[in-house]
Amino acid sequence: MVPDAEFTSYYGRPVIKEPVWQAPDVAGYLFFGGLAGASSVLAASAQLSGHRELARAAKVSALGAISLSAAALIHDLGRPARFTNMLRVFKPSSPMSVGSWLLTGYGPAAGAAAVSEVTGILPAAGTAATLGAGLIGPAIATYTAALICDTAVPSWHAGYREMPYVFAGSAAGAAGGLGLLATAPGAAEPARKLAVLGAGVELVAKRLLIRRLAATPGLASSRGLAEPYEQGRTGAMLRLAEALTAGGLAGAVLGRRSRALSALSGASLLAASVLTRFGIFEAGMASARDPKYTIVPQRHRP
Amino acid sequence: MTIDPAARAGHVDHPPRMGFFTDTSVCIGCKACKEWNAVPEDGISLSGMSYDNTVALGASTWRHVAFIEQPARPPAEGVRWLMSSDVCKHCTESACLDVCPTGALFRTEFGTVVVQDDVCNGCGYCVPACPFGVIARREEDGGAHKCTLCYDRLGAGLEPACAKACPTQSIQFGPLDELRERARLRVEDLREAGQDSARLYLDDPADGIGGGGAFFLLLDEPEVYGLPPDPVVTTRDLPGMWKHVAIAAAGLAGAAVALGLGRRR
Repeated sequence: MVPDAEFTSYYGRPVIKEPVWQAPDVAGYLFFGGLAGASSVLAASAQLSGHRELARAAKVSALGAISLSAAALIHDLGRPARFTNMLRVFKPSSPMSVGSWLLTGYGPAAGAAAVSEVTGILPAAGTAATLGAGLIGPAIATYTAALICDTAVPSWHAGYREMPYVFAGSAAGAAGGLGLLATAPGAAEPARKLAVLGAGVELVAKRLLIRRLAATPGLASSRGLAEPYEQGRTGAMLRLAEALTAGGLAGAVLGRRSRALSALSGASLLAASVLTRFGIFEAGMASARDPKYTIVPQRHRP
Repeated sequence: MTIDPAARAGHVDHPPRMGFFTDTSVCIGCKACKEWNAVPEDGISLSGMSYDNTVALGASTWRHVAFIEQPARPPAEGVRWLMSSDVCKHCTESACLDVCPTGALFRTEFGTVVVQDDVCNGCGYCVPACPFGVIARREEDGGAHKCTLCYDRLGAGLEPACAKACPTQSIQFGPLDELRERARLRVEDLREAGQDSARLYLDDPADGIGGGGAFFLLLDEPEVYGLPPDPVVTTRDLPGMWKHVAIAAAGLAGAAVALGLGRRR
């Protein structure tokens, strides 16, 4: 094997600063944001196609997930009391600013949709809120890819072309999975389709992401910027996520008539989505800590 | 073509762009610049990195002096010492400023980049956005901090404290255009005197950050000093990121429409 590219550094110290974000907060935020956004998508289509039970479950799950995701986001701030400063300005150059405004529109819509569904109050407004949340949901589920990729973190930034599809797939898999878990097989058809589609997209997009990162100029003799996704505990997490996604996909296809198999497949997909987000988060952190990943690709910039 | 970042940020009739030229060839490693920029630390902790016990720039360390001990280059013998005072680069295209969601980071009339502490909510986005690892969040107050190029002193007509304290003029402060010209002459002089490894770093407006408001004369490769060799501001790729986000989101929305089309039988 060709030895790794030679590089020098300052006492092995990292060049960039590792994100100060905490794994439970921000990886959790990525997961819950994805689950919420895609659940609202599912709620809207279930409502339109007359799957009442599924629509209800998806609306409640969207509200729960977005609440947890907002709580995680605020908890991670160095100065949580100043959370509303996010709304001082609107900056398209900052994915976090864009995301804050998306959440400001989405949160109340998802909330109104769920409250109207559960209480039966103002059904017409509830339907409008359901459709509104369904419209913003896809953006909520995917903007977080730009959020982490728009940094100097090597193993995130270099994957910006594939990350949004990984996140969209992971979110759809999780929302579909929750639908399969919460409703009887006969009433969960849209959830099943969404789960299968999401899991499929995630499996392919993650492979493409790793393929691009592994081909990093200068690091191609090793696994390049894909290394942090493949080594140690993070590697194990992501391999398990892939297995659970594949298993969940198979279960969703085969479990049309089995409540138990459907539920198991839904749980697998949810777990896979959690593991994927934590794995991607940790891989980025590891790539920030090792100066090799910053210096060598810059030295070999095409 | 040189970008005028202060004008682009909306400053009218603004003063010339001010900056630092750090000429590491005359740095003696006295750390006076760092002392002006460090919150006092309790106790002694030794890093084992030559005379560098500061280790890196941080929320409370706005100048950091790197010490490198190398084998001397022939015909010289013994050890070659490299000492370099690092600082925020006040990039023309500044990633920390771009990604800041609150507007706490802003471009001053001097073309520098400063955090407004009373606006920052400690989201931490600027920290991994910086390609140099300059800005950091302070444990004690939860806010992000970095070199302000002594915005307060500049406003009072004074030069930044580190430049004032530097006994060898390794840290030079002034209008950026003048500093760039002076640096070009200095690097030519050094090369003529046999310092083949002398080079300027971040002086070029065509580089990946549009040139630094603080730039350096180095005597070895940037990474030897802990600096990235060819940094590019992350937001240059942001239009591509939004494009892929939009396609992925549209795909998810399209799937929803497709799923919702067939009414339940």
